[in-house]
Amino acid sequence: MIRESNLNALVLILLLAVPLWAVFNDEPFTITLATRAVIFALAAVGLNIALGLGGLVSFGHAVFFGIGGYAMGIFAHHAQTYTPVMEVPFLIEGTKSMPVIWLVAMVTSGFAALLIGLLSLRTAGVYFIMITLAFGQMLYYFSISWATYGGEDGLSIYVRNEFPGVNTLVPINFFAICFVILCLVVLLNALLAKSPFGLALNAARQTPQRVQTFGLDPTRLKLLAFIISGVVTGLAGALFADLNRFVSPTMFSWQMSGEIMIFIILGGVARLCGPIVGAVTFVMLEHFLGGLSDYWHIYLGALLLIVVLFARGGLVGLISGREIAHD
Amino acid sequence: MTDPVLATYHLEKSFGALKATDDVSIDLYPGEIHAVIGPNGAGKSTLIAQICGGLKPDAGRVELLGQDVSHTDTRTRAKAGIGRTFQISALAMEDTVLQNVLLGALGAGGSPWRFLRPILSDRALRDAATQALVRVGLQDHAATLTSQLSHGQRRQLEVAVALTLKPKAFVMDEPMAGLGAEGSKTLTGFLDGLRTEAPILLVEHDMDAVFALADRISVLVYGKIIETGTVAQIRASKTVREAYLGDGA
Repeated sequence: MIRESNLNALVLILLLAVPLWAVFNDEPFTITLATRAVIFALAAVGLNIALGLGGLVSFGHAVFFGIGGYAMGIFAHHAQTYTPVMEVPFLIEGTKSMPVIWLVAMVTSGFAALLIGLLSLRTAGVYFIMITLAFGQMLYYFSISWATYGGEDGLSIYVRNEFPGVNTLVPINFFAICFVILCLVVLLNALLAKSPFGLALNAARQTPQRVQTFGLDPTRLKLLAFIISGVVTGLAGALFADLNRFVSPTMFSWQMSGEIMIFIILGGVARLCGPIVGAVTFVMLEHFLGGLSDYWHIYLGALLLIVVLFARGGLVGLISGREIAHD
Repeated sequence: MTDPVLATYHLEKSFGALKATDDVSIDLYPGEIHAVIGPNGAGKSTLIAQICGGLKPDAGRVELLGQDVSHTDTRTRAKAGIGRTFQISALAMEDTVLQNVLLGALGAGGSPWRFLRPILSDRALRDAATQALVRVGLQDHAATLTSQLSHGQRRQLEVAVALTLKPKAFVMDEPMAGLGAEGSKTLTGFLDGLRTEAPILLVEHDMDAVFALADRISVLVYGKIIETGTVAQIRASKTVREAYLGDGA
């Protein structure tokens, strides 16, 4: 057994080491794969804040992933066609600046999470799952019908967006940007878990009735967790669109929501690095098994079954054992 | 005479044809333990839920320190000073003992809208939590997972959590439930001393504890209070004996 904190450090070091190895061996595709894993991990760390701490089984997190993606797609599309995003009631120009696009992605996904959360947190359990799924499907079909931005075909962006002082066209540079963001968000997650907010949220998940008798509002705690979670997943969506230089309704699909959840279940729910381990495992299976067969999901399904049945703490739980109580 | 800390006036609550609370007026004065006893299904839990805000009464009102709180929710009443313990432990089982009491302290004297600093770095909260654990004798179990506590220890933790809330009035729903004779005796001694901090409305089945602790007892049968009085009065009451206590009391 490895202590979970050591395992977390090992995971991050390996995640950094692989693309660095690829740089020296001139394997740009490996860097792209690693970047893909990092971005998926970021989306899942976002969901893990809602799911792991708040117990919110959101089956519609693709909403935020897609909103982030479309925020990038729409702003970059207008920048490359030299047209404004909107003129009335005020002028908003397109942009190729990553920080601005991230900000837009985070604000819009946060706002969407606020609206969806306000409605769906009136329910719990299977109803919550279904309502979040319904929102996902609504936005999926909306994006298909949104002809201005490519409809079903999606939107292509010709050149990756810019980050001040960094040449984002170099794969390892873009990886570094994504990796730093992931580390910051994991740190945020760790701090949240030990903060007064995290403690109250965790209790609201376990015993909402009790939390009310403390004068605390479990719904408000969960709503804020849902918003933070949506913001992080939205940011991941913007990065994903930038990685592929393409955004399409697939980012809103329920399969995407399912995949984000699979990353967490594979790696370990509520484990700090569970989503990272899950996302990396998924991308590796996708790459290696996908090369052997189009039907590689069969093996993913089998692995998921094994993890759910025999390793309740996910792969992280399997390696580091039961979670020790926080001091 | 001083005013009651907590009082209900003519509370009514029906579920369809069943009258679960029927014209219940009950009061709790400073320094006293007022026990509510009654057979299963008498409406004790419904009454507690109406006092604490989980259920809205059909008629009547609940007052805390003279303020009408009938139309407020559980959260507001908790903030106003009602400290409740649960019959079936509603503790956060995946958390440690210390985390459970910290949460109570957070509700009483902190804000949950703090995100980046660990809760343990808040000295005031940690001290309040630790003190509560020391008072119920759980200080050596601070780092134990709540799910690993014995039943008796969980009951102690319930009380510790209520202590951190520093309430104006305690509402305790069968704190002795499931405790052995020894545990029950210890908790009885503890609650006896607690009444000077805040009066206790005690719903309890353990008659030894009730008779040892209560200044007054109200007997609830089919949603109605059939008698209120001192221990001696209740013991002597023919009505109560027929309806609830039996001849052995």
